[in-house]
Amino acid sequence: MSEAVAMHSAADAAESPLTPESWGKLGMWIFLAADAMSFGGLIVGYALLRHASAQWPNPAHTLGINLTAFMTFLLIVSSVTMVLSLSAIQRGDMKAFKKFLMLTILGGLIFLGCQAYEWTHLITERLPEAGLSFTTHLFATTFFVLTGFHGMHVTGGVIYNSCVLAAVSRGRYGPKHVEIAGLYWHFVDLVWILIFTFVYLI
Amino acid sequence: MATTVHAEAHAHQTNYMGVFWWLLGLTIAEVAVAYTPMPRLIMIVLLVGMAFTKASMVALYFMHLKYERTTLMLIALTPLILCVFLALMLLPDIS
Repeated sequence: MSEAVAMHSAADAAESPLTPESWGKLGMWIFLAADAMSFGGLIVGYALLRHASAQWPNPAHTLGINLTAFMTFLLIVSSVTMVLSLSAIQRGDMKAFKKFLMLTILGGLIFLGCQAYEWTHLITERLPEAGLSFTTHLFATTFFVLTGFHGMHVTGGVIYNSCVLAAVSRGRYGPKHVEIAGLYWHFVDLVWILIFTFVYLI
Repeated sequence: MATTVHAEAHAHQTNYMGVFWWLLGLTIAEVAVAYTPMPRLIMIVLLVGMAFTKASMVALYFMHLKYERTTLMLIALTPLILCVFLALMLLPDIS
């Protein structure tokens, strides 16, 4: 029994020669690579449809970029608080860990609130006024599928981070689980950086 | 065990706030470029360049890719290569 425990703790740092980091971390990276392909497919599809279309609206005019620039800022800040919460739990500073992870979750929630506000505004006012409703132009479909897919990832990230916070509070999760959750959250931020540029600015 | 954890944390010590200011500065620069009238090609090159710089900074420093082994870097680069391939394969359909 004690041997098994000793083996388990020895296996903690490198669970097998294949995974010097850990199975969880390798798994998360493979999942993120697959997920990046989904986003890549959507972004490439958007770009090609836009390139092929004779009349594509100017996104900066139609969508407005001030609110979205603020949303980008929010996600960058929440990425920083995520990484600070990881370094706090690695130091063993549980109070700072909880504070920073809660701020990360809050950042995600405010982002979702901004997106809900933006969508409502676009669907009820701006897009119909510009003649770009779902039934009249592909712009609406590509835009809402792309940002909606990302918004679902943010929602998932908020739930994931909340679960990690609860599990760490109960002592079931440690630094390595927080690191894996962080990978997911930074990926969501990374994808938003690209969407902000490709969909809103260009 | 405790010393290992400490050493690992030390090895990963990055100036996170420095990365944050870079990301913030590049975001402001992007918005400024979007509002400034200029030839479309130059604008696209500038914006895409800054976006990929920001994305790489997030991956390298926040996701610690810089300190990981090469295999993880290859896993992370695969979708990028495949997406370029995807775009090139679809181009004949629209031109």
